[in-house]
Amino acid sequence: MDWALPPNYSTFGVVIDQLFWIILVITGIAFLLVEGGILWFCIKYRGREGARAHYTHGSNKVEIIWTVIPAIIIAILGVYSAAVWQDIKGASNRPADALEFLVVGKQFEWNITYPGMDRTLGTGDDFTVLNQFHFPVNEDITILLESEDVIHSFFIPELRVKQDAVPGMTIPVWFDATQTGNFEIACAELCGLGHYYMMASVTVHSAADFDAWQASRATATAQ
Amino acid sequence: MATIVAEATGQAILHEEHEQSFLRKYIFSTDHKVIAIQFLIYTLFFLMIGGLLAMLMRYQIAWPARGELPLGGIFPETMVASGYILPEFYNALVTMHGSVMVFLAIMPMLVGVWANYLIPLQLGTHDMAFPRLNMLSFWAMVPAGILTLASFFVLGGAAGAGWTLYAPLSARPDLTGVGLGQVLWLVALVFIGLSSILGSVNYITTTINMRAPGMTWMRMPLTIWSLFITAILALLAMPVLSAAGIMLIFDQTIGTSFFLPEGGGQPLLWQHLFWFFGHPEVYILILPAMGFTSEILSVGSRKPVFGYTAMVLALVSIAFLGFIVWGHHMFQSGMNPTLGLAFTVSTLFIAVPSAIKTFNWMGTMWRGNLQLHSAMLFAIGFVAMFAIGGLSGVFMASTPVDIYIHDTYFIVAHIHYVLFGGSLFALFGAIYFWYPKMFGRLMNETMGKIHFWLTFILFNVVFFPMHGVGMVGMMRRIYDSTGYAHLQGIEDTNALITWAAFGLFASGFLFAFNFFWSLKKGKKAGANPWNATTLEWQTPSPPKHGNWEEIPVVYHGPHEYSHPDVEDKDWLAQNERPDVVSPAAGSH
Repeated sequence: MDWALPPNYSTFGVVIDQLFWIILVITGIAFLLVEGGILWFCIKYRGREGARAHYTHGSNKVEIIWTVIPAIIIAILGVYSAAVWQDIKGASNRPADALEFLVVGKQFEWNITYPGMDRTLGTGDDFTVLNQFHFPVNEDITILLESEDVIHSFFIPELRVKQDAVPGMTIPVWFDATQTGNFEIACAELCGLGHYYMMASVTVHSAADFDAWQASRATATAQ
Repeated sequence: MATIVAEATGQAILHEEHEQSFLRKYIFSTDHKVIAIQFLIYTLFFLMIGGLLAMLMRYQIAWPARGELPLGGIFPETMVASGYILPEFYNALVTMHGSVMVFLAIMPMLVGVWANYLIPLQLGTHDMAFPRLNMLSFWAMVPAGILTLASFFVLGGAAGAGWTLYAPLSARPDLTGVGLGQVLWLVALVFIGLSSILGSVNYITTTINMRAPGMTWMRMPLTIWSLFITAILALLAMPVLSAAGIMLIFDQTIGTSFFLPEGGGQPLLWQHLFWFFGHPEVYILILPAMGFTSEILSVGSRKPVFGYTAMVLALVSIAFLGFIVWGHHMFQSGMNPTLGLAFTVSTLFIAVPSAIKTFNWMGTMWRGNLQLHSAMLFAIGFVAMFAIGGLSGVFMASTPVDIYIHDTYFIVAHIHYVLFGGSLFALFGAIYFWYPKMFGRLMNETMGKIHFWLTFILFNVVFFPMHGVGMVGMMRRIYDSTGYAHLQGIEDTNALITWAAFGLFASGFLFAFNFFWSLKKGKKAGANPWNATTLEWQTPSPPKHGNWEEIPVVYHGPHEYSHPDVEDKDWLAQNERPDVVSPAAGSH
């Protein structure tokens, strides 16, 4: 049993994981206070013959205290979350010169269109590969995510990336992998009978390897 | 004016009493208490069905390649083939477990049972404002239940697009393989909407107009407050779901394209409509549970509810905020990320009233004289489990973290801590607590305590590890997780969860046995077995048709326990005058 986040290999993943642990500590403390308090009260104030409870309707002072303290913690968390979210997802933070790929989900496969050697989508040297996503490390990657039929969700756990693919929409998603390696795209949104096997392999190459791989694919496709 | 209406209705009902046939008295009854019991039997049955669907699902998750399921002949070969659950059946299980539990078990058990039973009794009136509408609200649930069960046996099986019914999957039979089953479920949903709307009109009208003399707003028990606010939520949210459901039926059957992009529709429109209903629905499913818990904790601690006014204000603000947080289900949906910012803030702020309620429940227990009977144990269990569900909600409210945990088992863990650890724990508590009023006998305490401890322990063994499985990254609604590299190593946890789930399901039968056994063999309850103050306990158990010989008069708030000036006993009923019981108390 290994209950942990998988190792992170993306630039955004660092802050996401950090925020996860911050929240875990805050909620962990609240958890201990509440559950400990309940347990302690159950033992300390358990009913005794002839005992009489303390008569009170409450206290405005403590109401204010336990309203204001959570509100402050929540406000800080909210502002910080919003800032991180804006950094990751904000349209203004979309990398300008990212390498672009087109990813189209359909029952039950991922079609990945590569920009080819000219590094531009929509030109003659583009090629499409089924269920294999290769891209270079340490480079801004943007995928244009589409779906042909139903809603799918593009999920690469190790890169902390997840985005629904919605038919009729083209949704840009960007990320930057920090290490080479082999991962998987999983579909995270119920999409029909084959939802559970809608996966694709992900290979993060060094820049040189990626160019070599693309060149070999391009020739293979051209023949 | 309220009094006049109440008396007029009361006389009419008392007058009818002699002429009732068996059919009018027990089947097509307009008596709110009989309707509540009808709802109770109905919802307990569907609770069992929903549980059964979950067991089949858990079997598949733990042992995806095993087969050997002895379901010979119950389901068609296209669903279960030679002992193997097929993916189409698994999707139906996922969908219908959620749908049945939310719409046919928990929601009508919270509202249909207890709003019906408690509103007239705790407010001190003879019946609901519209008894016939009330009867209709139960009978609208009957076709819903029949259609739901039938849908498992039609060609293509039951609905399989998830309980959230995301279009286009739910709208295109060619993409799911499910045709009629999906339509049947949507028709059932329209009936459920009708039932809920009719019920809500009744609960709201009764609460506003038919309170006993002296029952001012701020003297109402918190149960009534929570059920009243819930009825308002249901009245505003259910029509949205019904309308959206009818639009979806049209997309499926007559070729419209509300949610289909190829005809100019928009899949995200479905999600906005569904969650505009769906998030208030989440609070419909928890507010009544909060009400029961407040009530039972106060009685069981022999103390007034700590911070009654704060509790009412927290309920109202949860209800209000509940309408402006729906987008938090859609952070990764393709909705404009800037909208996500607004929904993060509103969502996190709903944590504040939830925290206020939790602290006030603890305040109620503080320096109490705790009577740890089954009902009280479940109420305390509610606070303990709801706290976990609330805290795990902070993770997904924080949008960046949600990117990772969205659509994983972390979410499954969260929803079950709120819906099972929350709503269902409170419902078990409510049944143990008000059963003696309903049937005149107490449920067996020993069985009740065993039931509590089994439920409490096994519930946590089932659902706590799901947080871990979700952290690993296991996606929801996955028929077989073993093919994924990142999901290697969670098989043992999944098997453990499944074994515990079987135990949890089995413990439900102990409860069912206790329920039926106690009808005949339970200890006689008397009018007020818990020494409680609210009005329902000041009339015989079970109350007669019409509830009261004479409408009670209310002199003070609902939770006067351990008042220092009242001697000989530690409670003062709402219709007892303090200066009569104890002259010294008159000065308050």
